[in-house]
Amino acid sequence: MKLITAIIKPFRLDDVRNALAEVGVNGMTVTEVKGFGRQRGHTELYRGAEYVVDFLPKAKIEAAVADDLVERVIEAIADSARTGKVGDGKIFVTSLEQAVRIRTGETDDSAL
Amino acid sequence: MQLLNRAAIALLLCLLAGSAAGDSLDSGDTAWMLTATALVLFMTLPGLALFYGGLVRSRNVLSVLMQCFAIACMVSVLWVLAGYSLFATNGGGLQSLIGGTSKFLLAGIGTDSVEGTMPETVFLMFQMTFAIITPALIVGGFAERMRFSAMLWFSALWLFVVYLPVAHWVWGGGWLAERGFMDFAGGAVVHINAGVAAVVAALVMGKREGFPTTPMPPHSLPLTVTGACMLWVGWFGFNAGSALAADGAAGMAMLVTHVGAAAGSLAWMTQEWIKFGKPSVLGIVTGMVAGLGTITPASGFVGPGGALVIGLSAGVVCFWATQIIKRKLHIDDSLDVFPVHGVGGFLGILLTAVFASDGLGAFSGLGLAEGSTIAGQIGIQLLGALATLAWCAVATFVILKIVGATVGLRVDRDEETEGLDIAQHDERGYNL
Repeated sequence: MKLITAIIKPFRLDDVRNALAEVGVNGMTVTEVKGFGRQRGHTELYRGAEYVVDFLPKAKIEAAVADDLVERVIEAIADSARTGKVGDGKIFVTSLEQAVRIRTGETDDSAL
Repeated sequence: MQLLNRAAIALLLCLLAGSAAGDSLDSGDTAWMLTATALVLFMTLPGLALFYGGLVRSRNVLSVLMQCFAIACMVSVLWVLAGYSLFATNGGGLQSLIGGTSKFLLAGIGTDSVEGTMPETVFLMFQMTFAIITPALIVGGFAERMRFSAMLWFSALWLFVVYLPVAHWVWGGGWLAERGFMDFAGGAVVHINAGVAAVVAALVMGKREGFPTTPMPPHSLPLTVTGACMLWVGWFGFNAGSALAADGAAGMAMLVTHVGAAAGSLAWMTQEWIKFGKPSVLGIVTGMVAGLGTITPASGFVGPGGALVIGLSAGVVCFWATQIIKRKLHIDDSLDVFPVHGVGGFLGILLTAVFASDGLGAFSGLGLAEGSTIAGQIGIQLLGALATLAWCAVATFVILKIVGATVGLRVDRDEETEGLDIAQHDERGYNL
């Protein structure tokens, strides 16, 4: 099992969610986050007063998937989240030791 | 003898009819003035409250809404107790400076009382809404740091020491009215007064914690735009209502008000676009307020051509005034009341003398008073504007010093950091 963590542009979220459903991912957790990478921040101007905004809003998706799905999931996220412009985000893959479905007590792959 | 009697009776009837015509109620005028009164109150509640509420940081949104609301309630009561009388009645020996006490507690005003062509109740309510919005405008100068109790004391004292005398000078038959000072709907009475008081308050109280190094962006521009739109609509009551009749003058006032707002908006937007590269939402609505404040004194005297020039100059002049006061001089008039209302009001008072003239072709107004020239009228306008500015600045300073020494003007540093909503009201604007 792997935990896939993807940081994406918020407006791509619906597309990514649909692409993941198509490759068979049945659940995910989404969080609104802020951060920066190569895109860095931007400036805002109010009646001539300039403010530098360092952290930009992003969406973070976390999905636990079986090992045989990992490559397809990464491909699905990358294809659906890509705009080609700086700031499209990142995908991180980490090993997952255990998973439990609380209601039934099922574990690991059958709990996903 | 009988003939003589008949003639005498006829003459008497004529006289009665004549006197009644001067004081007779007109239902059309009355209907419009009831509407205009509601529109002007709508400018403060919720228009100005939302406009200001969106501009402050989220931890102070309630404090600003509360200040506007409480001022509206308090001024209404003070107006009934003494304000209306000091504004409108004859002050006897002091008439050139302030009105009298004969209508304290609205003595003698009933359903039959008539002022002009409307019930006196309607007239006094209409004037009350102006007395409400003027101190409410000052809130923008000391926003995000003043104690609520100090704000109440300051607003009440300011109403009596500054607003009522100046309103009486201009509209109550005082010394400026006698000199032919032209301020149709409140360029001096409302906008110079509020703007000057706001900048004096900002100077006396000092900067907000962190200004100008800490970012203080508006927490909700949608609230600000909503409030600004209400101000625009309400301003029709403010300016066209100042005709005190439902007639051609009111129609022309509405037209020039609208033109001034539109031209001011476009001028500010264009300035920003050129200087900073993008046209901003806050910019276009600020230009609208500047255009409206500037056309206010002129709205009963100029035509649409003059209004266009007045609106465009407001957008340009107030834009630069804002840059200079906030960014160059670092005066923390929190919501830019002085550069927008004070400077706009001053500009409008002066341009009224120019564009009221009927000798400017397409830019002509409705004409200056018999025997007046543009230059002569500019002198009178300058006198009135400077007198308002001087009296307001000195009196505001003294009131603030008194309130500061007794009640204390500012919340302490911790409270300011926490936000006035929790510190002063034990409430939070957004429980998300």
